[in-house]
Amino acid sequence: MAIGIVSFGAYIPAYRLSQSEITRAWGSGIPKGEKAIANWDEDSITMGVEAALDCIGGIDRSLVDSLYFATTTSPYHEKQNASIIAAAADLRKDIYSLDITNSLRAGSNAMKTATDAVVAGSAHRALVTIADCRIPAPRGELESVFGDASAALMIGKEDVAVEIEGSYSFSSEFIDIWKEEGGRYPHSWEDRFVDVEGYRPLLSEGVSRLLSKYGLKPGDFSKAVYYAPNARRHREMAGVLGFDQKNQVQTPLYDSIGNAGAASAFVMLVAALEEAKPGDRILFAIYGDGVDAFVLRVTENIAKVQNRRGVKKHLASKMMLGNYEKYLRFRNLLEWDVDLRPPYRSSLPVTWRERNQIYRLYGSKCNACGTIQIPQQRVCGACRAKDDYAQVRLSDKRAKIFTYCIDQRSGVTPDLPNVVALGDFEGGGRFYSPVTDRDPEQIQIGMAVEMTFRKVNQALWLNNYFWKFRPVRVE
Amino acid sequence: MESIKDKVAIIGMGCTKFGELWNKDGEDLVVDAAYEAYADAGIDPNDIDAAWVGTLFGVTATTLSVPLKTNYIPVTRVENVCGTGMETIRAGAFALISKAHDLVLCLGFEKMKDTGYGAAAGFWPGGTGGGTEKWHPVYAAGDSAPGRFAMAATRYFHQFGLSPEEGKRTLAKISAKSHYNGARNPRAHLRREVTVEDVINAPMIAWPLGLFDACGVTDGAAAAIMCRTEDVHKYKPGGDYITIKGLAISTGPGMGKVLTDYDWTHWEETKRASSQAYAQAGIKDPRKSIDMCEVHDCFSISELICYEDLGFCEKGQAKRYIDDGTFALKGKHPFNVGGGLKSFGHPIGATAIREVFEIYSEVLGRAQTPERQLKNCEIGLAQNQGGHPGKFIASVIIAGIPGK
Repeated sequence: MAIGIVSFGAYIPAYRLSQSEITRAWGSGIPKGEKAIANWDEDSITMGVEAALDCIGGIDRSLVDSLYFATTTSPYHEKQNASIIAAAADLRKDIYSLDITNSLRAGSNAMKTATDAVVAGSAHRALVTIADCRIPAPRGELESVFGDASAALMIGKEDVAVEIEGSYSFSSEFIDIWKEEGGRYPHSWEDRFVDVEGYRPLLSEGVSRLLSKYGLKPGDFSKAVYYAPNARRHREMAGVLGFDQKNQVQTPLYDSIGNAGAASAFVMLVAALEEAKPGDRILFAIYGDGVDAFVLRVTENIAKVQNRRGVKKHLASKMMLGNYEKYLRFRNLLEWDVDLRPPYRSSLPVTWRERNQIYRLYGSKCNACGTIQIPQQRVCGACRAKDDYAQVRLSDKRAKIFTYCIDQRSGVTPDLPNVVALGDFEGGGRFYSPVTDRDPEQIQIGMAVEMTFRKVNQALWLNNYFWKFRPVRVE
Repeated sequence: MESIKDKVAIIGMGCTKFGELWNKDGEDLVVDAAYEAYADAGIDPNDIDAAWVGTLFGVTATTLSVPLKTNYIPVTRVENVCGTGMETIRAGAFALISKAHDLVLCLGFEKMKDTGYGAAAGFWPGGTGGGTEKWHPVYAAGDSAPGRFAMAATRYFHQFGLSPEEGKRTLAKISAKSHYNGARNPRAHLRREVTVEDVINAPMIAWPLGLFDACGVTDGAAAAIMCRTEDVHKYKPGGDYITIKGLAISTGPGMGKVLTDYDWTHWEETKRASSQAYAQAGIKDPRKSIDMCEVHDCFSISELICYEDLGFCEKGQAKRYIDDGTFALKGKHPFNVGGGLKSFGHPIGATAIREVFEIYSEVLGRAQTPERQLKNCEIGLAQNQGGHPGKFIASVIIAGIPGK
């Protein structure tokens, strides 16, 4: 029975930073291109949620029985990140949640592990979401290279859209890029060493052993999707592997998204799958502390899942980050003065008690009169029925802005003004929330907005996540 | 239920200077306001047999009993956000009518300027989303009072067809008018006149509300000494006093950000509180019976909506009347002759009592500057709304010449 990718999804943050802005800041750099930058209220957990939800699409969420989260930039250590993503994605409680981290191969580690679980029968629908939000040292070589993005795959054995025909893996103690405990920025050894002793021989060895294991040649593939540290090494590797740059090699999108770490190759894969046709055979190879290489085969079911937002539509929907200084504020790379305000608070009892509202954005729907309310109300605001309501998920609902404000002086967001709106949901309910990923000039009464899971603030060493409005990103 | 009309007399009042009173702490404010009231009432402090202290940020009755050295009498701190001062008067009035007490002190104070916050940023300890949002880890995190009132202004312009420029100019006229009045009021915090252009061009806080659409952060205290009207001769023989005609509070269920049936262009709680107060006072048309209104202009839009919700103009028509100068000092229905929260200032616990002090001063002919003294002022209305649009606690008091 075929086992493989049942659905896929991806997410590219709305903001883009142009290379020319980085060049302006430091006096030298890359002449053209841009990279995707996560907003100040995003991290790899929130991006992991976006990709996971894109992948789920219209699939019944109760079918998902495991959630694998892969990243090298975990917002939490000694506290699982996947369980937060699972709650935000409104998955069942009795799923297997797992973080896989610490390597650029974390994503394919997760993919292979999920596949093995499905093969073994301990999972039926495994959702793998991969996100990275790495911070390169300012002014360093990696600053023009790194970008932020996420991707997700659902692995299963029914309605398989992309069969995983085979794989080959090896582990390597070669070190080229790393970050130590407590470190802020990844370090990288000199590019010549990395390429000559590491990336070039190791990735090509992984691919050639995969091909010989299955008796395949480069010509047997429609597409080659593979990781590379940067655009130049990616181009060179095509020749080393024997693939045609123009017709077979999937563009790495390094000049429009950047290198998104553990998510990078998966973003490329989703871009390839969006355009793939039944019968296409795809080489998929990921490098980092070794190699994971896969042979993938597209089936007729692919058409059913090519309606996801994926890469192309997210790429097209963008806002330019006006200047490099804003990027520094978003990533807390700058200290700056703020108006004195009472500090934010965290309360784990509150977050726990209200977990359905906070993570799943469940409102209450009164059984007596049908009115939807969020925050949930034990005594219905419309008819005063007491303790007589069902919980309803609002995170997948659109809303229209009823009124809004553009607040120059509130809060301590690095991206003033703070736009706050009242949105009336399709199907009922009114929600009071900031609007993120927005141009304040464009906000108006009647505007369509959707929900996005974001990091609202940090207090007492905790991240406080919640849902916010954003203008509909893709129609 | 019986009406309160003319049963309770205010025989003495005190009001400190409002402002940035760096040299005064909360206790100083309490002492200053109370002793001015004692002197005005002509009573000895020991005559008071119960007191209520209103303060939002101060905690407990000892904020009054300690500085005043009250003599083991009942003292309670009360709070109803911006209606806090009104609540002290209400509690005192009920104590008098029930005859549980005979002479009461109702005092409100707030020391706002010690925190260092540039805004009236407070915090409500405890609670979760929906009730006391300010403290919640995520719901409504980062929102602000100006932001919430800006949403009402934006919706009002949208609903009643005011262009952004027209709307902003209309609001600016209100602030300019209040400053004109406050400039003539020695106790006011901000005593400088401002022009409509000054207000329009002031730094933006949350559009359309700029710095001059928002009341400032102020220290101050005000106090009232009350007895039953039938006992005035015992405490202040031959002295002047006013009586309470109507007193009402309306606390809404607060679903304005949750249910879609709230229009954000009226204050329902203010409408209900004022209806009840008018009924108690026997007033059918406030335009014919009320000579002055002191209302809660925490933001200029609040005053605009009060014009409509208190029944002084039709809904959506405020601009017309504002343009005609209807609510100015010399207008047909003067609003905020004291300068309002905008110019007089807003020490939260004190404000409602300060508004009553304005009525007391005007009715008894003690407005200090002749320019500000209204002629034939017999009945005044004071209003407050604390909270957010769609979640207010509104209070209204009507007071004036006994028997009218």
